[in-house]
Amino acid sequence: MAKRVGIEVSLAVSEAVKLANVDVVAAYPITPQTHIVEHLSELVADGDLDAEFIPVESEHSAMSTCCGSSAAGARTYTATSSQGQALMLEICYIAPALRLPIVMSVANRSLSGPISIWNDHSDMMMSRDTGWIQTVAENGQEAFDLTLHAFRVAEDPRVLLPVINNLDGFTLTHVIEPIEILDQEEVDRYLPPYQPQMRLDPENPISIGPVGMPEVFTEAKKAQDEAIKNAKSVIIEAWQEFGDLFGRYYKPVETYRTDGAETLLVTMGSLSETAMTAVDQMRANGKDVGLVRIRLFRPFPFEEFLEAVAGAKQIAVMDRALGLNGAGGPLATEVKAALYDVPERPYIWNYVAGLAGRDVTIENFVEMADGVEAAAADGLPAGYTMINVRE
Amino acid sequence: MSRAADDLKDFQRFRPKKLPVEEPLAPGHRACQGCGEVLALRQVMKALGNNVIVVSATGCMEIISSAYPQSAWRVPWLHVAFENAAAVASGVEAAHKAMIRKGRIEDKNTTFLAIAGDGGTADIGLQALSGAMERGHNFIYVCLDNEAYMNTGIQRSSSTPYGAGTTTSPPGKKSIGQETWKKNMAAIAAAHDIPYVATGSPAYYIDLMNKAKKASLVKGPAYLHLFSPCPTGWRCAVEDAVQTGRLVVQTKIFPLYEVIDGQYRLSRKVKKPKPVSEYFKLQRRFRHLTEEDIALIQERVDREYDRLLELCGIAPEE
Ligand SMILES: Cc1ncc(C[n+]2csc(CCOP(=O)(O)OP(=O)(O)O)c2C)c(N)n1
Ligand code: SF4
Ligand SMILES: [Mg+2]
Repeated sequence: MAKRVGIEVSLAVSEAVKLANVDVVAAYPITPQTHIVEHLSELVADGDLDAEFIPVESEHSAMSTCCGSSAAGARTYTATSSQGQALMLEICYIAPALRLPIVMSVANRSLSGPISIWNDHSDMMMSRDTGWIQTVAENGQEAFDLTLHAFRVAEDPRVLLPVINNLDGFTLTHVIEPIEILDQEEVDRYLPPYQPQMRLDPENPISIGPVGMPEVFTEAKKAQDEAIKNAKSVIIEAWQEFGDLFGRYYKPVETYRTDGAETLLVTMGSLSETAMTAVDQMRANGKDVGLVRIRLFRPFPFEEFLEAVAGAKQIAVMDRALGLNGAGGPLATEVKAALYDVPERPYIWNYVAGLAGRDVTIENFVEMADGVEAAAADGLPAGYTMINVRE
Repeated sequence: MSRAADDLKDFQRFRPKKLPVEEPLAPGHRACQGCGEVLALRQVMKALGNNVIVVSATGCMEIISSAYPQSAWRVPWLHVAFENAAAVASGVEAAHKAMIRKGRIEDKNTTFLAIAGDGGTADIGLQALSGAMERGHNFIYVCLDNEAYMNTGIQRSSSTPYGAGTTTSPPGKKSIGQETWKKNMAAIAAAHDIPYVATGSPAYYIDLMNKAKKASLVKGPAYLHLFSPCPTGWRCAVEDAVQTGRLVVQTKIFPLYEVIDGQYRLSRKVKKPKPVSEYFKLQRRFRHLTEEDIALIQERVDREYDRLLELCGIAPEE
């Protein structure tokens, strides 16, 4: 039976990895990911997890080692943050192209410079086009659940792609929350043992990672594109089954009090919980505001998103990263692209907030809702604002 | 700690008339005519046989053997990127350890082999290699040293010898060509206190194959540094590749030795060394060197060789 315990979210993620009975963990420490890998190395040292823990000398080698391990047929896990993910990025592009079902937790943190250990989504945005499936956790329970979901989806023979589960650094990784930890028998029912479709085996030799000459490169990419698009139905199916087994249901796009809402906030990650409180407060004050939270970031759930925002007059998109393209944040750019073909599209204003641990308060969300309404009423050309900037 | 010497107790040398017939690396690959690098690799593969998993770095050997949908590999082969062959091999090895322990696969005593060029080893891949050797993975790392980045068009590496002309160390009015002395990669590997390190040249193929075999027998990391003549990059005649691989040993420029459990052992004593100029003569990358340049190099080669003799416990000859 599942047990509800008070546990640090990082440790809960490690417990999920243990329950997944991984074979290989290769990782390099970086704040705020450290507690996850420290706990995993403890579990291995104590014999609670039968796995090879490889304390590699860099994140570049962490992801490279994971590629070797996964190609050899082992269930493989790593975790990182910001600079670490930047260092491994070269290999992050290769893992999905080789169709290696590695699972990685990213404890989201800002990218240098200036150097900062604090939480935002710049690392998530940096890896958005790598070809990894990416989910986003809002609280500790989700961080645990989505870790198991990640293995289930990655290794599904219809998918065979690596999966990142994003969880906000510190605001999630370092807090103690009541979390329902599934027991081994429950996890085994949800996550079957890994059965590699192909592996490096002298009795059945295959070549993995050959040169892609111009005659085949485009076809290889087309196949990869199809794979990540097709993954969405498996992701949804695996969430459905998780819900049926354990009672917690997840969707690519979650909505909160969006019925009849003229104004919507769009968020990702742990700040969604603050945004919900703000929505409650605004609704209590008679304002028709709702919230749309993106849980599946890659592949981007275009249909589900359009459905979620249908009927809204204006949308305030909150980005926790700056695109530095002169147009605000990357999530807003994505949302605008999603809405381009919609004839009656809502007005959009983008708020860049919460960079590197800067607080985003309930008042800030009220400010965003008011702001987008005012901008729409004034007919301003769509734009963006960085909030909480000290000038 | 198991000692390499114990692991090698029952080692059987290859005999010229009884070489294995297997060619895990098939003919028909796309290497240049006379390529000494693919020759060295072929010898390694012949020595190791078919129970091996190969991890290749980006570079000439990866390009010439794998253009999809063709592959010259009859054994499992994995290429991920340029600088990470040692890290990828670490993962392959660790995965097998875990899966065997957990009863998921049978232990078939498979050899794990990482191959990379001198650039992929001595420059961009040095960190990953150092990490893998330090962690003690049971694998063989082979550096195929053709003394430059050949795949990208003959740019210098830290393994390019002093004075050699490459496309990024061109000789000119103000430059001799490569201005630094060749990095001693084998010594760097040996400094990691791994059980087995050796140098080899495809011109001495039995020696090279014996070393590859020994590398597979020792438990823990083994490092082979293989001289790999490249007619294209060295601007020598294709038929001279093997001769170059012989002369480099006979001139004491690239001595053949092993380091077993930290003990240096000369594989081939050069009794009547030839002058370095004989080796240079065949290659146009050295043709701009003056007599003074060559004298300077000769002096350095003699000194380095004596230092090696000393490490091997052999008194240098006067
Ligand atoms: C990160 C990265 N930097 C640069 C390159 C370009 N590159 C590919 S192979 C190569 C040189 C390979 O040289 P070496 O390792 O000596 O192998 P060789 O081709 O000489 O056998 C370079 C620079 C790359 N593929 N990846
Ligand atoms: S460039 Fe040199 S090393 Fe590369 S394939 Fe040609 S001869 Fe061999
Ligand atoms: Mg080279």
